[in-house]
Amino acid sequence: MSERASVPKEDEQSTDQDEAAADDEQAPVTTGAQSVVRALENAGAEYVFGVQGGAIMPVYDALYDSDITHVTMAHEQGASHAADAYGIVSGEPGVCFATSGPGATNLVTGIADANMDSDPLIALTGQVPTEFVGNDAFQETDTVGITQPVTKESYFASHSDTVGDDVSEAFALADAGRQGPTLVDLPKDVTQGETDVEPKAPETPDTYEVPEEADDEAVQEAAEVISDAERPVILAGGGVIKANASNALREFAMEYEVPVITTMPGIGSFPEDHELSLEWAGMHGTGYANLAITNTDCMLAIGTRFDDRLTGGVDSFAPDADIVHVDIDPAEISKNVYADYPLIGDAREVLRQLFDAMPRAPDADEWREQCQTWKQEYPMSYEMPDDEPLKPQYVVEHFSAVTDEDTIVCTGVGQHQMWASQFWEYTEPRTWVSSHGLGTMGYGVPAAIGAKLAAPDQEVVCFDGDGSFLMTVQGLSVAVREQLDITYVILNNEAVGMVRQWQDGFYEGRRMASEYPWIPQFDKLAEAFGAAGFRLEDYENVEETIAAAREYDGPSVIDAHIDPGENVFPMVPSGGDNGLFALNEDHLDEI
Amino acid sequence: MPGPAPHDRMRPEGRRNSQGIRVDPEAEATHEPRQAVLSALVKHRPGVLAEVSGLFSRRQFNIESLTVGPTSDESIARMTILIEEPQPGIEQAKKQLQKLVPVVSVMELEPEALRRELALIKVGGEKPDDVNAVAEMYDGQAVDASTDSVTVEITGSKQKIDAAVAAFEQFDVQEIVRTGAAALERGPKTLEKHD
Repeated sequence: MSERASVPKEDEQSTDQDEAAADDEQAPVTTGAQSVVRALENAGAEYVFGVQGGAIMPVYDALYDSDITHVTMAHEQGASHAADAYGIVSGEPGVCFATSGPGATNLVTGIADANMDSDPLIALTGQVPTEFVGNDAFQETDTVGITQPVTKESYFASHSDTVGDDVSEAFALADAGRQGPTLVDLPKDVTQGETDVEPKAPETPDTYEVPEEADDEAVQEAAEVISDAERPVILAGGGVIKANASNALREFAMEYEVPVITTMPGIGSFPEDHELSLEWAGMHGTGYANLAITNTDCMLAIGTRFDDRLTGGVDSFAPDADIVHVDIDPAEISKNVYADYPLIGDAREVLRQLFDAMPRAPDADEWREQCQTWKQEYPMSYEMPDDEPLKPQYVVEHFSAVTDEDTIVCTGVGQHQMWASQFWEYTEPRTWVSSHGLGTMGYGVPAAIGAKLAAPDQEVVCFDGDGSFLMTVQGLSVAVREQLDITYVILNNEAVGMVRQWQDGFYEGRRMASEYPWIPQFDKLAEAFGAAGFRLEDYENVEETIAAAREYDGPSVIDAHIDPGENVFPMVPSGGDNGLFALNEDHLDEI
Repeated sequence: MPGPAPHDRMRPEGRRNSQGIRVDPEAEATHEPRQAVLSALVKHRPGVLAEVSGLFSRRQFNIESLTVGPTSDESIARMTILIEEPQPGIEQAKKQLQKLVPVVSVMELEPEALRRELALIKVGGEKPDDVNAVAEMYDGQAVDASTDSVTVEITGSKQKIDAAVAAFEQFDVQEIVRTGAAALERGPKTLEKHD
């Protein structure tokens, strides 16, 4: 079971469910489509997010008799994002369906997003009958060819007898080792075809090997290096959360008193309210995290791929540090930043190994004091004038203060995403659901749907931007239909704000195609969809508006009109030096 | 309390090179590209070539040649891939290749490994005896002849074939096809046993 902030289900309850399942004798499969659905059932899938269509109809027909709940999305992109978020929150692969051609191509953005963030996802796509494949038939595309670069593996199901095995294997592969998306393309004749073959149990292909423990000698060597460090830091990436290693990370860091920086996907792996936390580093990370990265002499990096939004220019990244890199994927070792001490294995296992191998805690009192000094010198702050316009940071900060620590925050992509990560206080894993590597605008609306279904007992808040929200606004209809208690907060600055910020900073203020003065009234739009709509413009209404939106039992949308002049700082310009982050526009001219 | 401005902040003197390696006396140099022969066993199934070649193209590995053919095990094919990359790129290519699901195993062959390439060269048919004489100089042979053309087959290292192609220039070369290298490790070592 994954580490998550939700309250574990009562043992009794799950036992009852097991017994009920055992009593419920399954009818034998008779078609390829039934075999597909059976494979999903065997793998434990509870939800499928999808959109119907001609080539996938046999699979939907088989789903008619299944206990798996299908959530009809308003657009296939929403299906893949919802499944992606479901995977992040639950730790189990999310499942999405689409028909051939446009259905499949619409899924691709979400699949690519899951691939960049190593989120467990399985996509099943309809395909034209085998005899038409390659003939440019109606609604045909080469789905395997299109998705191959953005999946762990894309399968083309070739026979009714084996299609169930393909799905089982794809499901297991999505979840194994470094998680990620897989796809099975399902020609209509294969799913319609008769078969009585039950799918095999989910198992990864024989060529896929997952390392567990790292080499003991290498661990010992790395432990010595960390112990000898004077300025050690831990850099915890998304892989820590994926490996359910958050507790192991906390134990290690607290026992040996090593300051912890997270990457943006690693948010939640370590409590941000802890003294050792420097929060997250990178382009818009905290000043203290970025200074610690620049000045550390030993970095224990776990489950991170050293994305350029984190490292800035590689030449100035942790220039004085020995790098101990823990990763389950050998290909991540020395891909972007050279690893002096690579440890290949599961993050939780390797952290346990390292914990035991440490000869002593590093002698780093002075360093920890330095980190605290930086925290005081460069606090995350913003200027708040007495009245309008409303500062977005205030909205985020206030919302964070009134919610429980297991509240899940989803976002779109843009300035609002940065404020939501900077000014919300995260303490638990799997409570931060965002699009990192691909940076997909429009991620928020459907992601919140997937997150809420994965954790129905937890509060779900989605911060979105006006531009990002508009890209997948149709997903609101799904939230209304399913009566999902989600609070959407649009930090509305009538622009694609991050683009505008870059235009102002690096393109002499030439705001080409970045201002959106024609956007709708989102509160009214929400009401048109059947959701509750709120308009928020000034400080004095923040508290009551948030309270009213949270109290509403169902999806609500707060259209928060914020200061359009507000920009995101600190900032490390693209390819820049983390230690030279800018705190304001003037600094950008200096660096 | 805003802290020191960008250039007044604490920072060490070091740096890394473009390959992410800390610049110190041992790792000062940026690695120069070198040629490497990667040999891979892959599941013999449709689409595997596209998967491998797609990996190389999207990750911008500089590929010189790629050959593929069946092995004694009919479910397995063998690929020989020549790349030219700096050392970290070669390592990365190996690891990324190993990660593909249909890939069974990958190794980089030693520089002294056996490397052979086949070329078929079609030249004008005016001087068949002379053509044959040149072919023999390169251990090749004429495999087809007509009144207008002679086609010769040459097998050997890339250098040998380059030299042969140059030598045949004198006969009005009409068409050339080259296979790219196939390579095997010398001695008893085999890829199947290698992990």
